[in-house]
Amino acid sequence: MDFSVLLQDIPTLLVVILGVPAILAAYIVGGEFLVRRLPDKNRPQVRPWIWVGPALILVAGFLLLPALGTIVQSFENNAGSWVGFNNYASQFSDFPSGGAWVAIRNNVIFWLIFYTVFTLVFGLILAVLFDRVRYESIVKSLIFMPMAISSVALGIIWIFMFQYSTPGEPQVGTLNAIITFFHHDPVVWLQDQWPSDKFNVLNNLALIGAATWGITGFAMVILSAALKGIPGELLEAARVDGAGEITVFRRVIFPLMMPTIVVVGTTLVIFALKAFDVVYVMTGGNYNTDVLAFRMYEQLYTAGNNGHASAVAVILLVAVIPVLIFNLRQFRAVEARR
Amino acid sequence: MAAVTYDHVVKRYTADVTVVKDLNVDIKDKEFMVLVGPSGCGKSTALRMLAGLESITEGQIRIGDRVVNNVAAKDRDIAMVFQSYALYPHMSVYDNMAFPLQMQHMKKEEMDKRVRNASKILGLDPFLKRKPRALSGGQRQRVALGRAIVRSPKVFLLDEPLSNLDAKLRGQTRIELQKLHRELETTFIYVTHDQVEAMTMGDRIAIMNAGILQQVGTPGDVYDHPANLFVAGFIGTPTMNFVPVTTSDSTAKASGFEAKLPKSVPAGKGTLGFRPEALTDRPSADGSNLQMKVDVVERLGSDQYLYGQVGSDQVTARVDPRMKVAPGDTAQLGLDTRSIHLFDAESEAAFF
Ligand SMILES: Nc1ncnc2c1ncn2[C@@H]1O[C@H](COP(=O)(O)OP(=O)(O)O)[C@@H](O)[C@H]1O
Ligand SMILES: [Mg+2]
Repeated sequence: MDFSVLLQDIPTLLVVILGVPAILAAYIVGGEFLVRRLPDKNRPQVRPWIWVGPALILVAGFLLLPALGTIVQSFENNAGSWVGFNNYASQFSDFPSGGAWVAIRNNVIFWLIFYTVFTLVFGLILAVLFDRVRYESIVKSLIFMPMAISSVALGIIWIFMFQYSTPGEPQVGTLNAIITFFHHDPVVWLQDQWPSDKFNVLNNLALIGAATWGITGFAMVILSAALKGIPGELLEAARVDGAGEITVFRRVIFPLMMPTIVVVGTTLVIFALKAFDVVYVMTGGNYNTDVLAFRMYEQLYTAGNNGHASAVAVILLVAVIPVLIFNLRQFRAVEARR
Repeated sequence: MAAVTYDHVVKRYTADVTVVKDLNVDIKDKEFMVLVGPSGCGKSTALRMLAGLESITEGQIRIGDRVVNNVAAKDRDIAMVFQSYALYPHMSVYDNMAFPLQMQHMKKEEMDKRVRNASKILGLDPFLKRKPRALSGGQRQRVALGRAIVRSPKVFLLDEPLSNLDAKLRGQTRIELQKLHRELETTFIYVTHDQVEAMTMGDRIAIMNAGILQQVGTPGDVYDHPANLFVAGFIGTPTMNFVPVTTSDSTAKASGFEAKLPKSVPAGKGTLGFRPEALTDRPSADGSNLQMKVDVVERLGSDQYLYGQVGSDQVTARVDPRMKVAPGDTAQLGLDTRSIHLFDAESEAAFF
């Protein structure tokens, strides 16, 4: 890159290099100076605001204002004129296959339920089982590994896993290699809309499986920390009281992990509503595997329809906010219990 | 209700970490047995092997006539009170106490009767609906006791149940535990590192050190007839005086005095032990007298403790509070030789 352009406007450069730190320093020194002038009892109330002020301004400038802009745009067409709820109406038109319905269905039925439940169940099982394994930390690191893979790479790995070759050819895809070994015909996992294209479980679950593989380590690590937080004597007390291992889990371990399970669960619900990357990489939303976040992207860049894209974004936002609030509350409850 | 037998029990974690070494104890039915010893000596491990929380490396543990080595904790019909109380934090006080009964699939009415009965005995009625978090230490401790007594178990195990209580509450609970033992008529095995608890509560005391059982006996037995130097030093406060002596026939010669022994022993070296109360301000009938250079005088109203030097040995005396002594004085004391002990220099075992 050619940085010589920076040198053409020396005064601006000076302002940026010297001015910004100077303003920050002046803000902190000045703020503290003003706070010191205040009566003693007001100081603790005012001081935090001086310090979070810049962060609040940044959040407002880079998050709140664009969000408001998106909301405004969702009521406009590409020419910038007001169209009322038209953009929303077209998302909800032609039930069940038109508008955003397929994406909504996939998000709400498949992703929200299966992705969340699979991840929680696998995460919990792994956390409990590996708690008693000899090389616990090594095994856990292995399970956690997919978290370190970028989601695009993850999608490509799973494209290979699901790869299809015509029957009779050697099956390169791992899954098809396995099922043909058991004399089953190879399956086109990412396109097969079994049982019907009105309710295509198979290819949706194929995508969700890939995403679950990537996130299970996260759930496992947090749940396993919660498990380790349960004092061993509590489990011993339950055993002496006559409880078998399954009862110990059901009556003692599980209830004590519940608050953490809820926090992880709601976090996963938010991830599920925001699902994008796996769909983008593996199917491009084809074969009825569209999701809202991908539809937003497509409306914006492929269809070039700002209004529609913004409307989808707002729908997503509205869906996520209650979960987010619940999640924060629950998280605070878990913290308070410590 | 059952007897408990430790039969040559060994607990080994690794080839060279042996925590309990060849433990043999017979605990009688309905007995209050206290397992006492310094911390880290393997008391909890011995108890946890009985509870089924720790595997038994060698030997046998029997409850009644049944060998329990391979019986799971849940099937041993034992109740245990943990030092941390180990209450289930997500259950109410009522549910904490009902939990072991639910595990037996007991009928609701019977369960309710038992929980309410236990809660009455322990004064927990006002707290039944609360969670353990909302209880004081003493109340939590009672819930832990309640959870154990609702079951009428064969054996009742307590691992340092009083160590998290303040001194006053500890004294009260000590008395209540003894009362409870009398009412329940069950075998109690009580682990503590505190010899005062052991002496005041136990029908019998088993003293352990470094994984080895030192002596089993009634509180009177172990106080008056300690089997070895360790037991003599561990039981009793202030601790017994120990002075190195040379013995010949029936006299023991220390650096500052000579004592007549109640029976004759082989000539050689040994350690003479006598409790502070074996010293009095009256001369001894058999001439075992000594002069103490007094360093510190402690008056406690009913007692007077003198700390000082006899010859080159440090000695503590507990004398009549009316005896007039001041630091720096030389006190003339008589030794009551009926209650002295002599320990072998090598094996540290007691001659008497
Ligand atoms: N899992 C273990 N591995 C090795 N040593 C242990 C283990 N658990 C306990 N110990 C050791 O066993 C000894 C006895 O422990 P414990 O029975 O708890 O003593 P206490 O008499 O204080 O109750 C201690 O020295 C402790 O360090
Ligand atoms: Mg212990």
